Amino acid sequence: MDMAPKTLETSRSEILSTVDGQPLKKALARTERTKRFKAILLVAPLLTFITVTFLYPICLMLFRSVENPLVAENMPQTLEVLQKWDGKSLPSELAFAAAAKDLAAARKSKMIGRLATRLNFETSGLRSVITGTARKVKKMEAPFKEAMIQARSQWGDVATWSTIKRLGPTIIDVNYLAAVDRGYNVKGEIELRDEDRRIYVSLFGRTLLMSLIVTVASLFLGFPIAYLLASLPLKYSNLLMILVLLPFWTSLLVRTTSWIVLLQTQGVLNDVMVWLGLFEDEQRVQLIFNAQGTVIAMTQILLPFMVLPLYSVMKTIHPSYMRAAESLGAHRYTAYWRIYVPNTLPGIGAGSLLVFILAIGYYITPALVGGQDGQMISNLIAFHMQKSLNWGLAAALGGILLGGVVILYWLYNSLVGVERLKLG
Amino acid sequence: MSDKSEVLVRFESVQKSYDGEVLVVKNLNLEVARGDFLTMLGPSGSGKTTCLMMLAGFEPVTHGKITLAGQPINNVPPHKRDIGMVFQNYALFPHMSVAENLAFPLQVRKVSKVDIEVRVKKALEMVQLDQFGGRRPAQLSGGQQQRVAVARALVFDPALVLMDEPLGALDKQLREQMQYEIKHIHENLGVTVVYVTHDQSEALTMSTRIAVFNDGVIQQLAPPNILYECPDNAFVAQFIGENNSLSGTVKEVKGKNCVVDLDGGGTVQALAVNIGGIGSRTKLSLRPERVEVNPVSGSLPNVFEANIKELTYLGDHIRTRACICGQENFIVKIPNASHHALLHENTKVQFGWSIEDCRALDG
Amino acid sequence: MKLLKTNKFAIASALAAVAFGVSSASGADQLTVVSWGGAYTKSQVEAYHKPYTKQFGTKILSENYSGGLAEIKAQVEAKSVKWDLVDLEMSDAIRGCDEGLLETVDISILPKGDNGVAAKDDFIDGAITDCAIANIVWSTIYAYDKSKFSGKKPQTMADFFDTKKFPGKRGMRKTPKANLEFALTADGVPARDVYKLLATKEGVNRAFKKLDTIKSSVIWWEAGAQPPQLLADGEVAMTTAYNGRIFNAIAVEKKPFEIVWDGQVFDMDLWAIPKGAKNKAEAMKFLAFSTDTKRLAGQAAWISYGPARKSSIPLIGKHAEAGIEMGPHMPTAANNFKNVVQNDFEFWADRQDELNERFNAWLAK
Repeated sequence: MDMAPKTLETSRSEILSTVDGQPLKKALARTERTKRFKAILLVAPLLTFITVTFLYPICLMLFRSVENPLVAENMPQTLEVLQKWDGKSLPSELAFAAAAKDLAAARKSKMIGRLATRLNFETSGLRSVITGTARKVKKMEAPFKEAMIQARSQWGDVATWSTIKRLGPTIIDVNYLAAVDRGYNVKGEIELRDEDRRIYVSLFGRTLLMSLIVTVASLFLGFPIAYLLASLPLKYSNLLMILVLLPFWTSLLVRTTSWIVLLQTQGVLNDVMVWLGLFEDEQRVQLIFNAQGTVIAMTQILLPFMVLPLYSVMKTIHPSYMRAAESLGAHRYTAYWRIYVPNTLPGIGAGSLLVFILAIGYYITPALVGGQDGQMISNLIAFHMQKSLNWGLAAALGGILLGGVVILYWLYNSLVGVERLKLG
Repeated sequence: MSDKSEVLVRFESVQKSYDGEVLVVKNLNLEVARGDFLTMLGPSGSGKTTCLMMLAGFEPVTHGKITLAGQPINNVPPHKRDIGMVFQNYALFPHMSVAENLAFPLQVRKVSKVDIEVRVKKALEMVQLDQFGGRRPAQLSGGQQQRVAVARALVFDPALVLMDEPLGALDKQLREQMQYEIKHIHENLGVTVVYVTHDQSEALTMSTRIAVFNDGVIQQLAPPNILYECPDNAFVAQFIGENNSLSGTVKEVKGKNCVVDLDGGGTVQALAVNIGGIGSRTKLSLRPERVEVNPVSGSLPNVFEANIKELTYLGDHIRTRACICGQENFIVKIPNASHHALLHENTKVQFGWSIEDCRALDG
Repeated sequence: MKLLKTNKFAIASALAAVAFGVSSASGADQLTVVSWGGAYTKSQVEAYHKPYTKQFGTKILSENYSGGLAEIKAQVEAKSVKWDLVDLEMSDAIRGCDEGLLETVDISILPKGDNGVAAKDDFIDGAITDCAIANIVWSTIYAYDKSKFSGKKPQTMADFFDTKKFPGKRGMRKTPKANLEFALTADGVPARDVYKLLATKEGVNRAFKKLDTIKSSVIWWEAGAQPPQLLADGEVAMTTAYNGRIFNAIAVEKKPFEIVWDGQVFDMDLWAIPKGAKNKAEAMKFLAFSTDTKRLAGQAAWISYGPARKSSIPLIGKHAEAGIEMGPHMPTAANNFKNVVQNDFEFWADRQDELNERFNAWLAK
């Protein structure tokens, strides 16, 4: 039955050959090969650059968020003994002896500090337990259980041992758990952190909310500007375009600092208000170093990213659409809403996506003007990169942020279609 | 169909300037009767499109008055004028389907949903696109888009439809086909059409009347055949159809006729249409197909010897370029009939024409 | 054309970077010393760098940073160490040493004191560690603008937390360190019990509860140069600060500021050499040079941080520019050293991850 099409296929492919009898497909492939090779050669520099400076670091970052070699490498004997441990009562003397040996070795190889830091990220206070014990372990004698508990009482704590056991695997999920305010308890169950230590989930939420506000605000401010740009005669629109692009030519730091000068309580805006008598000198309002200041400064900084895609789309909307709508009997406003605005949707989509994605990863502006409630997730990533040196947690937070952006892009693609994205 | 004498659109002393320095439209007076197919024809920059835009309401009138069915519409916004319009680039809304495009003017007029469906269907049938209602404009060919644009301009039964060079983007064959389709729609519906084009053959094909524009002024307003046969001035003669133009000086005026001394030598008898007194300059207009080759001696008043320069075979006729009375580019169309004269390049022949076919116009 | 220009520019800057990199790598007669900037770096340049260059001819490149181990860690892990000598806070010096980010320092290179006392005994307690040698003693204190308080002046740590008695905004460093100590001191905890209490959950809760009382009035600063600026701009009425910065504003810039020493948290800054520094030997030489009795006393002529050597204290004279007697402005002067919390680096090394997290959560609330 289904032999028929097959034979047809083969007979057809036998027919399709060049004059001297070569299969046509092969001949075509050969002529295309040089072309393809040239194309690959042309993109090779960029491809290499992106791989080295972008893809590789991102992979490295994602790897760092789950890798955990320190404990496995430096406490191998302890971990082996702890494999059979029930996790409920204190482990046997065997475990203590193994830990003493491991700590002595780690001190010798100068890895003790890093090991201590790693354990301390998980359970506060373990740092001095590890380093302190390691200093004394040389002089310790069996039974090690008593000796170690005497050195640091935390060795008598089940939690200490379960932390060591939990951090045993070289690939772990604790960074991601910490990044969503969760962690393992002594029993090895995942549970929420103490209420006063929960921060990341609410901060992710606030980051999304503030980015949304910035996106909506820049859409409202950017749409009329883009419309004006697209409809003014070239002479004026060029000038206006320069004004829109001007912020790009100024350093981000300078722009943010000027907002501080403008909005701080002793700043220009407050001075003017007081001078106008709108309120007393003592009632000056706090406009910056809070969430509101962050939103204001970020909106101004990200506005061009909204205006440019909108403008490029509006520029392609022929004025005859509006005229046609009016001649067909629609009032100017009806024509605007039903004909003009729907045709700007690709621009609105592109601008909003661009601003939103830039906003959720924004760092400098919230760091400078965010004060206490205007901080975003990127500020905590920077904190863990620079201050606490908990790079694993920073990588996990960054990984979640990256995942969010990818999901957003996927959503946009399936709802609107990326091919309709117009960036100018 | 309708009362031809009833005036639908009237331009009264309309003037238009964009910059306050140059008048684009100079003192325009024009009447369009109900049921008319009036074409505004002229080269670009002649003011024809400006007139259309003023009529549609997209350009304010600088001076003068435009009335529609007796009502002045200078201050009526475009959406209240009830004028359908077809644009050069069709201006179909890209985010709506064909049917939605057609429904749009009905929706904004608050026509009931049921009625909309019926009328959209009828309009699509009219332009033979019943199967295409669900498509987006971008999925249609240029000709199909054009038909949708026409249907959309007609679907709300406007008294007047404006068309701004609607066929400019189509290829020649399709353009000719669309010319007939639009002409038939006009005839069937009896709607009044004001049509702008710079293509004279298009104007001749479709119009009941043609207004020839040049330099912001209507040069002549007449039905196509009159325009071709009896141009009022040298511009119209030159712009409509092919034309031989011979410059000379009026020597003598005898009633309807006159005698003209050509600059290149020779004296021609012509119909005095638009000339000054004796001694004034004039241009003689002579259609290439009205020239007879080797006429029977004495049958025509104007017979001159010509030197054949170039012969071009064009199937239905042979286009002949000759030198006559010092005029190098004198064109004669010799029909490819069974008895047509056989000519050869660089030979001498006699060309002759009648007084009626040779119109003395402004110099 | 435009493209060409950009290219030219990029090439030029790349060449410049290469040339610069080569010169800084190959020049053994150059040393990169990293410190905290502002008046503090100036005091080091005047007291250490200039005499050193004069004596040995080595050029010293001075760079600024704002604390922490991040940059050192990045350089060491990338095996491309650009810094030769770094001025570190105590807790970072200990941690950096533990994590193998710093070179160990052989104390035998340190010269004896002027009075012949061995370096080991001449330095104050805790000033010599495995990887770092202290140069100064400094304090986190709070200061206020005298012109803002016409009547009663703030005197105690409790006054800083009393916005009813002393209205106005407060400036504080955006970190739990020192702030938690201040909060407990203000709440009436004796200095010696502060860390004992902070090691318990109740103690931390108590500190945050105290911080809650002024949270809405606080403007948070991060770099040491900010607090005098905040005070000068009138953005805050009082601010916590490093004592040297405020002294500089008073003595050199003639600002109407006043330091409150009650409850000061004092700490040390130490010189340390990142692991794998290119000019390690030269850096060691500079370290020994800059921590001798004369140089340490010399730095005190530029900023009001106390020398880490006992033998330097009698040599402290007047401010080099303002001509003010420096002795009474040192954190360790008898009048200032009454109610003092010594920073417990061990405590902070152990607890900082948890407390930072809690502090950040508290801030965001």
